[in-house]
Amino acid sequence: MSNLTYTLIFYIFAAITVFSAAFVVFSRNVIYSAFALLFTFFGVAALYVFLSADFIAVTQVVVYVGGILVLLLFGVMFTKSIMNTELKSDVLHIIPGTLILAGILSALLYTFYTTHTWKPSEIELHGSIVERIGYETMSHYVLPFEMVSILLLAALIGAAFLARFDKSDNKNL
Amino acid sequence: MQHLIPIGLNHYLTISAFLLAFGLFAVMTRKNAIVVLMGVELILNAANINFLAFSKYNGGIGGVMFSLFVIVIAAAEAAIALAIVINIFKIFKSVDISSVDTMKE
Repeated sequence: MSNLTYTLIFYIFAAITVFSAAFVVFSRNVIYSAFALLFTFFGVAALYVFLSADFIAVTQVVVYVGGILVLLLFGVMFTKSIMNTELKSDVLHIIPGTLILAGILSALLYTFYTTHTWKPSEIELHGSIVERIGYETMSHYVLPFEMVSILLLAALIGAAFLARFDKSDNKNL
Repeated sequence: MQHLIPIGLNHYLTISAFLLAFGLFAVMTRKNAIVVLMGVELILNAANINFLAFSKYNGGIGGVMFSLFVIVIAAAEAAIALAIVINIFKIFKSVDISSVDTMKE
Protein backbone atom coordinates (compact mmCIF):
# COMPACT_ATOMS: atom_id res chain seq x y z
CA MET A 1 0.00 0.00 0.00
CA SER A 2 1.48 3.27 -1.03
CA ASN A 3 2.02 6.06 1.43
CA LEU A 4 -0.60 8.31 -0.12
CA THR A 5 -3.31 5.64 0.01
CA TYR A 6 -2.48 4.99 3.64
CA THR A 7 -2.75 8.68 4.43
CA LEU A 8 -6.03 9.01 2.55
CA ILE A 9 -7.60 6.07 4.38
CA PHE A 10 -6.41 7.51 7.69
CA TYR A 11 -8.04 10.85 6.95
CA ILE A 12 -11.31 9.16 5.95
CA PHE A 13 -11.49 7.29 9.25
CA ALA A 14 -10.44 10.37 11.20
CA ALA A 15 -13.24 12.38 9.54
CA ILE A 16 -15.79 9.64 10.29
CA THR A 17 -14.73 9.59 13.94
CA VAL A 18 -14.71 13.33 14.51
CA PHE A 19 -17.88 14.18 12.59
CA SER A 20 -19.94 11.37 14.09
CA ALA A 21 -18.69 12.38 17.56
CA ALA A 22 -19.86 15.92 16.81
CA PHE A 23 -23.22 14.51 15.73
CA VAL A 24 -23.49 12.56 19.00
CA VAL A 25 -23.03 15.75 20.96
CA PHE A 26 -25.00 18.25 18.90
CA SER A 27 -27.96 16.09 17.87
CA ARG A 28 -31.04 16.71 19.97
CA ASN A 29 -32.49 13.24 19.45
CA VAL A 30 -31.16 10.57 21.80
CA ILE A 31 -31.66 7.71 19.32
CA TYR A 32 -29.71 9.59 16.64
CA SER A 33 -26.94 10.21 19.18
CA ALA A 34 -26.76 6.51 20.01
CA PHE A 35 -26.49 5.48 16.38
CA ALA A 36 -23.89 8.16 15.65
CA LEU A 37 -21.93 6.76 18.58
CA LEU A 38 -21.81 3.46 16.66
CA PHE A 39 -19.90 5.16 13.85
CA THR A 40 -17.60 6.88 16.33
CA PHE A 41 -16.69 3.56 17.94
CA PHE A 42 -16.05 1.95 14.55
CA GLY A 43 -13.89 4.88 13.48
CA VAL A 44 -11.90 4.70 16.69
CA ALA A 45 -11.44 0.94 16.16
CA ALA A 46 -10.06 1.66 12.69
CA LEU A 47 -7.65 4.18 14.20
CA TYR A 48 -6.50 1.49 16.64
CA VAL A 49 -5.65 -0.69 13.64
CA PHE A 50 -3.57 2.19 12.27
CA LEU A 51 -1.80 2.30 15.63
CA SER A 52 -0.93 -1.42 15.15
CA ALA A 53 -3.06 -2.37 18.14
CA ASP A 54 -5.19 -4.95 16.36
CA PHE A 55 -6.25 -6.80 19.49
CA ILE A 56 -7.48 -3.58 21.07
CA ALA A 57 -9.41 -2.76 17.89
CA VAL A 58 -11.24 -6.10 18.00
CA THR A 59 -11.88 -5.66 21.72
CA GLN A 60 -13.24 -2.19 20.99
CA VAL A 61 -15.72 -3.58 18.46
CA VAL A 62 -16.78 -6.46 20.72
CA VAL A 63 -17.04 -4.54 24.00
CA TYR A 64 -18.11 -1.08 22.91
CA VAL A 65 -20.31 -1.81 19.91
CA GLY A 66 -21.56 -5.17 21.13
CA GLY A 67 -21.88 -4.34 24.80
CA ILE A 68 -21.86 -0.71 25.82
CA LEU A 69 -23.80 0.64 22.86
CA VAL A 70 -26.49 -2.02 23.27
CA LEU A 71 -26.66 -1.14 26.97
CA LEU A 72 -27.06 2.54 26.10
CA LEU A 73 -29.82 1.75 23.60
CA PHE A 74 -31.51 -0.38 26.25
CA GLY A 75 -31.25 2.57 28.59
CA VAL A 76 -32.85 4.89 26.03
CA MET A 77 -35.68 2.49 25.33
CA PHE A 78 -36.22 1.60 28.98
CA THR A 79 -36.55 5.14 30.12
CA LYS A 80 -38.64 6.60 27.31
CA SER A 81 -41.38 5.05 25.33
CA ILE A 82 -39.92 4.89 21.87
CA MET A 83 -43.05 5.92 20.03
CA ASN A 84 -43.61 9.29 21.61
CA THR A 85 -41.75 12.28 20.35
CA GLU A 86 -40.35 13.28 23.72
CA LEU A 87 -36.95 11.85 22.89
CA LYS A 88 -35.44 15.28 22.64
CA SER A 89 -32.93 16.07 25.31
CA ASP A 90 -32.70 19.59 26.58
CA VAL A 91 -29.57 21.64 26.83
CA LEU A 92 -28.42 23.82 29.70
CA HIS A 93 -25.35 26.00 30.29
CA ILE A 94 -24.87 26.30 26.55
CA ILE A 95 -22.58 29.33 26.68
CA PRO A 96 -20.12 28.08 29.32
CA GLY A 97 -20.20 24.69 27.60
CA THR A 98 -19.28 26.20 24.25
CA LEU A 99 -16.58 28.30 25.88
CA ILE A 100 -15.04 25.23 27.51
CA LEU A 101 -15.30 23.28 24.25
CA ALA A 102 -13.49 26.00 22.30
CA GLY A 103 -11.02 26.71 25.10
CA ILE A 104 -9.93 23.13 25.70
CA LEU A 105 -9.75 22.35 21.99
CA SER A 106 -7.70 25.41 21.11
CA ALA A 107 -5.42 25.05 24.13
CA LEU A 108 -4.68 21.41 23.38
CA LEU A 109 -4.13 21.98 19.66
CA TYR A 110 -1.96 25.01 20.35
CA THR A 111 0.15 22.95 22.73
CA PHE A 112 0.48 20.07 20.31
CA TYR A 113 1.43 22.14 17.30
CA THR A 114 3.64 24.85 18.76
CA THR A 115 5.70 23.15 21.43
CA HIS A 116 8.66 20.99 20.65
CA THR A 117 8.24 18.27 18.05
CA TRP A 118 7.85 14.77 19.34
CA LYS A 119 10.81 12.45 19.16
CA PRO A 120 9.55 8.98 18.26
CA SER A 121 11.49 6.01 19.53
CA GLU A 122 13.74 4.01 17.21
CA ILE A 123 11.62 0.90 17.71
CA GLU A 124 7.97 1.53 16.94
CA LEU A 125 5.29 -1.08 17.30
CA HIS A 126 4.87 -3.06 14.10
CA GLY A 127 2.57 -5.81 12.94
CA SER A 128 0.38 -7.85 15.21
CA ILE A 129 0.79 -7.51 18.96
CA VAL A 130 -1.61 -10.23 20.08
CA GLU A 131 1.18 -12.57 21.15
CA ARG A 132 2.97 -9.87 23.14
CA ILE A 133 -0.29 -8.92 24.86
CA GLY A 134 -0.78 -12.55 25.84
CA TYR A 135 2.71 -12.85 27.33
CA GLU A 136 2.43 -9.51 29.16
CA THR A 137 -1.00 -10.34 30.58
CA MET A 138 0.24 -13.56 32.07
CA SER A 139 3.57 -12.18 33.34
CA HIS A 140 3.84 -8.49 34.22
CA TYR A 141 0.17 -7.67 34.42
CA VAL A 142 -1.22 -10.81 36.02
CA LEU A 143 -2.20 -9.06 39.27
CA PRO A 144 -4.09 -6.17 37.57
CA PHE A 145 -5.69 -8.72 35.27
CA GLU A 146 -7.07 -10.74 38.18
CA MET A 147 -8.11 -7.61 40.04
CA VAL A 148 -9.97 -6.26 37.06
CA SER A 149 -11.76 -9.57 36.60
CA ILE A 150 -12.97 -9.46 40.22
CA LEU A 151 -13.99 -5.81 39.76
CA LEU A 152 -15.96 -6.68 36.61
CA LEU A 153 -17.72 -9.55 38.36
CA ALA A 154 -18.66 -7.34 41.31
CA ALA A 155 -19.80 -4.52 39.03
CA LEU A 156 -22.02 -6.77 36.93
CA ILE A 157 -23.60 -8.43 39.97
CA GLY A 158 -24.14 -4.98 41.46
CA ALA A 159 -25.70 -3.68 38.24
CA ALA A 160 -28.06 -6.63 38.03
CA PHE A 161 -28.99 -6.10 41.68
CA LEU A 162 -29.60 -2.38 41.21
CA ALA A 163 -31.64 -2.69 38.04
CA ARG A 164 -33.95 -5.51 39.07
CA PHE A 165 -37.66 -4.92 39.25
CA ASP A 166 -39.46 -4.67 42.50
CA LYS A 167 -42.82 -6.37 42.57
CA SER A 168 -44.43 -3.31 44.10
CA ASP A 169 -43.68 -0.81 41.35
CA ASN A 170 -43.63 -3.29 38.51
CA LYS A 171 -46.90 -2.00 37.13
CA ASN A 172 -45.64 1.55 36.86
CA LEU A 173 -43.22 0.76 34.05
CA MET B 1 1.57 20.06 3.25
CA GLN B 2 4.59 17.97 4.18
CA HIS B 3 3.25 17.89 7.73
CA LEU B 4 -0.01 16.34 6.60
CA ILE B 5 1.11 13.41 4.46
CA PRO B 6 3.16 11.23 6.87
CA ILE B 7 0.85 10.30 9.70
CA GLY B 8 2.53 11.19 12.95
CA LEU B 9 1.72 11.48 16.61
CA ASN B 10 0.09 14.89 16.26
CA HIS B 11 -2.66 13.53 14.01
CA TYR B 12 -3.80 11.08 16.67
CA LEU B 13 -3.49 13.67 19.41
CA THR B 14 -5.67 16.04 17.37
CA ILE B 15 -8.44 13.47 16.95
CA SER B 16 -8.24 12.66 20.63
CA ALA B 17 -8.45 16.34 21.55
CA PHE B 18 -11.62 16.66 19.45
CA LEU B 19 -13.20 13.63 21.12
CA LEU B 20 -12.26 14.92 24.58
CA ALA B 21 -13.72 18.36 23.91
CA PHE B 22 -16.97 16.94 22.48
CA GLY B 23 -17.33 14.53 25.38
CA LEU B 24 -16.77 17.28 27.90
CA PHE B 25 -19.33 19.44 26.10
CA ALA B 26 -21.90 16.64 26.29
CA VAL B 27 -21.23 16.07 29.99
CA MET B 28 -21.56 19.77 30.74
CA THR B 29 -24.55 20.80 28.69
CA ARG B 30 -26.94 17.89 28.22
CA LYS B 31 -29.80 17.20 30.60
CA ASN B 32 -30.48 13.63 29.54
CA ALA B 33 -28.42 11.27 31.70
CA ILE B 34 -27.86 8.81 28.87
CA VAL B 35 -26.33 11.45 26.62
CA VAL B 36 -24.07 12.40 29.53
CA LEU B 37 -22.98 8.75 29.63
CA MET B 38 -22.25 8.88 25.91
CA GLY B 39 -20.03 11.90 26.60
CA VAL B 40 -18.14 9.92 29.21
CA GLU B 41 -17.61 7.13 26.70
CA LEU B 42 -16.23 9.66 24.20
CA ILE B 43 -13.77 10.92 26.82
CA LEU B 44 -12.62 7.37 27.59
CA ASN B 45 -12.11 6.71 23.88
CA ALA B 46 -10.03 9.88 23.60
CA ALA B 47 -7.84 8.69 26.46
CA ASN B 48 -7.48 5.30 24.79
CA ILE B 49 -6.37 6.85 21.50
CA ASN B 50 -3.72 8.81 23.39
CA PHE B 51 -2.47 5.72 25.22
CA LEU B 52 -2.19 3.71 22.02
CA ALA B 53 -0.59 6.51 20.02
CA PHE B 54 2.11 7.13 22.62
CA SER B 55 2.58 3.38 22.97
CA LYS B 56 3.12 2.97 19.22
CA TYR B 57 5.65 5.75 18.90
CA ASN B 58 7.35 4.73 22.14
CA GLY B 59 7.69 1.10 21.10
CA GLY B 60 6.55 -0.20 24.47
CA ILE B 61 3.53 -2.33 25.31
CA GLY B 62 2.51 -0.48 28.48
CA GLY B 63 -0.01 1.81 26.83
CA VAL B 64 -1.64 -1.09 25.03
CA MET B 65 -2.15 -2.97 28.29
CA PHE B 66 -3.47 0.13 29.99
CA SER B 67 -5.99 0.78 27.23
CA LEU B 68 -7.21 -2.80 27.59
CA PHE B 69 -7.89 -2.14 31.26
CA VAL B 70 -9.57 1.15 30.39
CA ILE B 71 -11.99 -0.73 28.12
CA VAL B 72 -12.82 -3.19 30.91
CA ILE B 73 -13.42 -0.39 33.41
CA ALA B 74 -15.58 1.41 30.84
CA ALA B 75 -17.76 -1.68 30.48
CA ALA B 76 -18.21 -1.93 34.25
CA GLU B 77 -18.94 1.80 34.44
CA ALA B 78 -21.58 1.65 31.72
CA ALA B 79 -23.37 -1.26 33.39
CA ILE B 80 -23.45 0.40 36.82
CA ALA B 81 -24.38 3.81 35.42
CA LEU B 82 -27.31 2.43 33.45
CA ALA B 83 -28.55 0.55 36.49
CA ILE B 84 -28.46 3.84 38.40
CA VAL B 85 -30.23 5.64 35.52
CA ILE B 86 -32.99 3.03 35.51
CA ASN B 87 -33.41 3.47 39.26
CA ILE B 88 -33.57 7.25 38.84
CA PHE B 89 -36.25 6.76 36.22
CA LYS B 90 -38.22 4.51 38.58
CA ILE B 91 -38.17 7.11 41.33
CA PHE B 92 -38.33 10.43 39.46
CA LYS B 93 -40.15 9.27 36.29
CA SER B 94 -37.57 10.99 34.10
CA VAL B 95 -33.88 10.81 33.30
CA ASP B 96 -33.44 14.57 33.43
CA ILE B 97 -30.45 14.96 35.72
CA SER B 98 -31.33 18.53 36.67
CA SER B 99 -34.55 17.26 38.25
CA VAL B 100 -32.73 14.80 40.50
CA ASP B 101 -32.39 16.97 43.58
CA THR B 102 -33.53 14.93 46.56
CA MET B 103 -31.47 12.40 48.45
CA LYS B 104 -34.45 10.67 50.03
CA GLU B 105 -37.72 9.50 48.56
